[in-house]
Amino acid sequence: MDFKFDIEGGNFSNAGTASSDVKKVLKKLNVDPKLIKRIVVSIYEAEVNVVAHAYEGEMNVSIFPDKIIVRIVDKGPGIADIELAMQKGYSTASPEVREMGFGAGMGLPNIKKNTNELNIKSTVGVGTEVELINYLN
Amino acid sequence: MKVSDIVEALSLKVCSGEQGLNNEIEGGYTSDLLSDVMGNADSNQVWVTLQTHKNIMAIASLKELAAVILVKGYEPEADAADQSNKEGIPILSSEEEAFELTGKLYKLIGD
Repeated sequence: MDFKFDIEGGNFSNAGTASSDVKKVLKKLNVDPKLIKRIVVSIYEAEVNVVAHAYEGEMNVSIFPDKIIVRIVDKGPGIADIELAMQKGYSTASPEVREMGFGAGMGLPNIKKNTNELNIKSTVGVGTEVELINYLN
Repeated sequence: MKVSDIVEALSLKVCSGEQGLNNEIEGGYTSDLLSDVMGNADSNQVWVTLQTHKNIMAIASLKELAAVILVKGYEPEADAADQSNKEGIPILSSEEEAFELTGKLYKLIGD
């Protein structure tokens, strides 16, 4: 089963909408609540990254009998150094975004902690693809 | 303990989301960093913060928090209050600073 949700870059007032929609779908499908909690943390962080850094993006959710794969693909500046971006406390967020309580460099570490597998592909000047895999068992 | 119990005990102002005053509270979390709350708060907790914008409600809803408490007399922005009413997750306001309020909450909820 596949579901697709759009993410608007730069618009913080709608940040979390796609994650909320995915959460509703997972609840309807009776996915284990503990797993839903983990997935919700990671997809919200990935969604906020698109809002904070990219121009536009989409969240694709694929549900298999043994795993849930969420792919967040954006058109944006890309990530020059993924290893650096993964470090706790590192962020390129603007002062305005930080004032709102975002941009603390906790997003990607939060994602890593709450997913079984995290894959990031990025091309500077083109965009970023983040793949989150969680196994159901 | 219900949200209405802490409203009464700590003289909190109910800014929005009144229909959630019966939400059960199982602890709390104090932080102004949204990712910190996202990663570490648990469902049915009250969240103490000085952030007043709409994104606090996205967090509160996704984490299924019991209520959000703003410190130092802060009030929610209009769209945050709207979202709070839609979600039934109250936004409360306290005249106190985060340290004092969290201490009192800890004592109340722990007892």
